Amino acid sequence: MRIELNGARVETGAITLAELVAERGFPETAVATALDGAFVPRGARADTALAEGARVEVLTPMQGG
Amino acid sequence: MFYGTDLTSRLMLGTAQYPSPQVLRDAIAASGAEVITVSLRREGREGGAFRDILKDSGCRLLPNTAGCHSAREAVTTAQMARELFGTDWIKLEVIGHADTLQPDPFALVEAARILCAEGFEVFPYTTEDLILGEKLIEAGCRVLMPWGAPIGSGQGLSNRPGLARMRAHFPEVPLVIDAGIGAPSQAAEAMEMGFDAVLLNTAVASARDPVAMARAFGQAVEAGLAAHEAGLMPRRDMARASTPVFGMAELAG
Repeated sequence: MRIELNGARVETGAITLAELVAERGFPETAVATALDGAFVPRGARADTALAEGARVEVLTPMQGG
Repeated sequence: MFYGTDLTSRLMLGTAQYPSPQVLRDAIAASGAEVITVSLRREGREGGAFRDILKDSGCRLLPNTAGCHSAREAVTTAQMARELFGTDWIKLEVIGHADTLQPDPFALVEAARILCAEGFEVFPYTTEDLILGEKLIEAGCRVLMPWGAPIGSGQGLSNRPGLARMRAHFPEVPLVIDAGIGAPSQAAEAMEMGFDAVLLNTAVASARDPVAMARAFGQAVEAGLAAHEAGLMPRRDMARASTPVFGMAELAG
């Protein structure tokens, strides 16, 4: 299905958020995730299903002021 | 005390805009800061190196919600930051205008209320407005972070009387001057006025020698705090001789 990952449209075989994180090679414990603007805790990724057009954000620590 | 945490150094340092990771590392060490601010962005390639710097610094992390323009965005960002950085501390920024970077007071209070209810320890980036400060405290904030001047402007304390009123109005609340500080003298001034800490980034990161500037800010904040605790003399409009007149010789013809 097609989803939006960090602002880019991508084709994925992943059914859940956890599968998407693994499929894209993100370091599982070093990223935080959100689906359609809502936070998804690490422990809930495996139970969070993706739907066509889902907007996923995968964020990581970055410099900030 | 900042949510039960005592800090020896009252300088909080931002980690953005440094010329290199090594300069960032050295600047943190030279500043003496015990708290550094961090943010969350889309996964890049250099994430691992930055995580090492954070860990090696030994500093307490204060994640921010920089760039958020709505309460919902800020709340989601804070929740993501809590999981990623393992801290309840959050520097809550809800920006009302892209040019001025002025906080949106209404969305700020709304987000603060939600986050405090979820157990966050919120450091709200606010203005010197007293009623807004009271609403944030009602929402559950136990620290306030009034701006000195617009973010990145280096103007110092652009409304000194207003900030002095805020200090007087909230005698028991830890107040951190956040944003707008451009020079160590301005940081010292904030501390002399009785503010509890100063948070800055650009003034150090964009200096010709950020490490030396970080050290200078650390010293200025320390001097300002010591001066406040020592008790500053009152200002006077007229001169008053410091050398005693008693015992002076009569030498005039």
